[in-house]
Amino acid sequence: MAERERRLTPPYGGVFVARTRVMSADDMQRATKRMAHEIIERNQGLDDVVVIGLQTGGVPLAARLCQALELIDGSEVPLGCLDVAFYRDDIGLRPVLPETVTDIPCDLDGRTVVLVDDVLFTGRTIRAALDALSDYGRARAVQLAVMVDRGHRELPIRPDFVGKNLPTRRDEAVDVTSDGVDLGEMVK
Amino acid sequence: MSRPVTNPRHGRMRNLLSIADLGPDVAAGINEVMTLTDSFVEVSERTIPKVPALRGRTVVSLFFEDSTRTRLSFETAAKRLSADTMNFSVSTSSVKKGESLRDTIETIEAMGVDAIVVRHASAGVPRQVAQWATSAVINAGDGWHEHPTQALLDCYTIRQRFGDVAGKHIAIVGDIRHSRVARSNVAAFTALGADVTLVAPPTLLPPSLEGWPVKISTDIDAVLPTVDVCYLLRMQRERMTEALIPTIREYSNRFGVNEKRAELLPDHALIMHPGPMNRGVEIDAAVADHPNTVIVDQVRNGVAVRMAVLFLLLGSGTTWGGEADV
Repeated sequence: MAERERRLTPPYGGVFVARTRVMSADDMQRATKRMAHEIIERNQGLDDVVVIGLQTGGVPLAARLCQALELIDGSEVPLGCLDVAFYRDDIGLRPVLPETVTDIPCDLDGRTVVLVDDVLFTGRTIRAALDALSDYGRARAVQLAVMVDRGHRELPIRPDFVGKNLPTRRDEAVDVTSDGVDLGEMVK
Repeated sequence: MSRPVTNPRHGRMRNLLSIADLGPDVAAGINEVMTLTDSFVEVSERTIPKVPALRGRTVVSLFFEDSTRTRLSFETAAKRLSADTMNFSVSTSSVKKGESLRDTIETIEAMGVDAIVVRHASAGVPRQVAQWATSAVINAGDGWHEHPTQALLDCYTIRQRFGDVAGKHIAIVGDIRHSRVARSNVAAFTALGADVTLVAPPTLLPPSLEGWPVKISTDIDAVLPTVDVCYLLRMQRERMTEALIPTIREYSNRFGVNEKRAELLPDHALIMHPGPMNRGVEIDAAVADHPNTVIVDQVRNGVAVRMAVLFLLLGSGTTWGGEADV
């Protein structure tokens, strides 16, 4: 989500031009499977675990992670999606509109929420997501799974499950699609 | 006194004074509000129906005319967006001491407000206020002219029931001449591709209907079997300066929707009313409580629609049509 929004936003706006492919579709699938195992290991099963994808980039990843979890454990995992547009700290500074309607499948009181996003960058989207989640109930724990951690955090936020740690320059851009992960630049 | 055209805090502001303000492509503008409203309906259904989107913004409602639902609806919408609200009612203000409208606006603006919600008995007052004010101005009803947020919430309610407004046949029945709701609704419904028929005695139709893409009828019993939506209007007796109808009772007999007339409607047809309704005049008490009567839905959706309008004007940083405006 963060990457997509940045794409629309001055002074970052422009078109993404890929330079290097850093993960193939197979790499992503393997990383998803590994993260699924880690999630089950950390939570000693999947009791009360809810997977919530962040709009928009996290949603397909959350769905795939959910599939992987169900394949390994055999139990059904509730899947939701969260749009944090109304919780962002840059409302009024740049265009902010929700992409879709938030869908939280169950009451979060006492649940363990696994937030899923494609790229972890400044951490501001996650900060907004934590605020949003607290309006849906008091989760027992919130864990964060991301496909790519590219560094440059501006807030004290860290991921629990990472597909790939990718050192980047601040002015580079990371694009996650179902075909793979690309590193490149935004070109105006 | 010269005034800046832009508000330094939020860039160029846009107003919502009429349905035409929703952009060069009115249908696209309405659909944008509808899409955003979906998100706010979800917010309204939560245990904690509040988001921090407009924290630190102030919305003032400036009502020179009585109102229950519109004022409360805007206030609830602003509060659910975490904005601060100020209320201004003429009867307790310095307007009573002879303060002019312009001075009142300047005083309110000096306190640092971000949006002014105006209702006034004279058409054009919100547009005049918008020329004086640097904050966003929202028309909450001006005389016989327009009431755009009512039209938006009506479109949303129809869309919620039928999935789409396009192709639906909507009859607007009653005092169309004095109705700002009718003017905004005709503009919005026809922009979205609905067929609109106005049903009223000739004296309660506007003096000129030129440019209105609508059909006219004086026979409600012939129209009702063909409609998807029957939209009833209140008899605005406070705006009638001459005898336009013989008696309320005769109007009620010829145009009021009673149980017998409600049976003429197709099974799926909705009965709508912008409120306040006069039971026994334009709508029978039993019809008002009919399952196809969606008046309560209209009020509920009104809050979400006004949240969307406030967010688009104050928070999103976009103009109608979605392009960036920062």
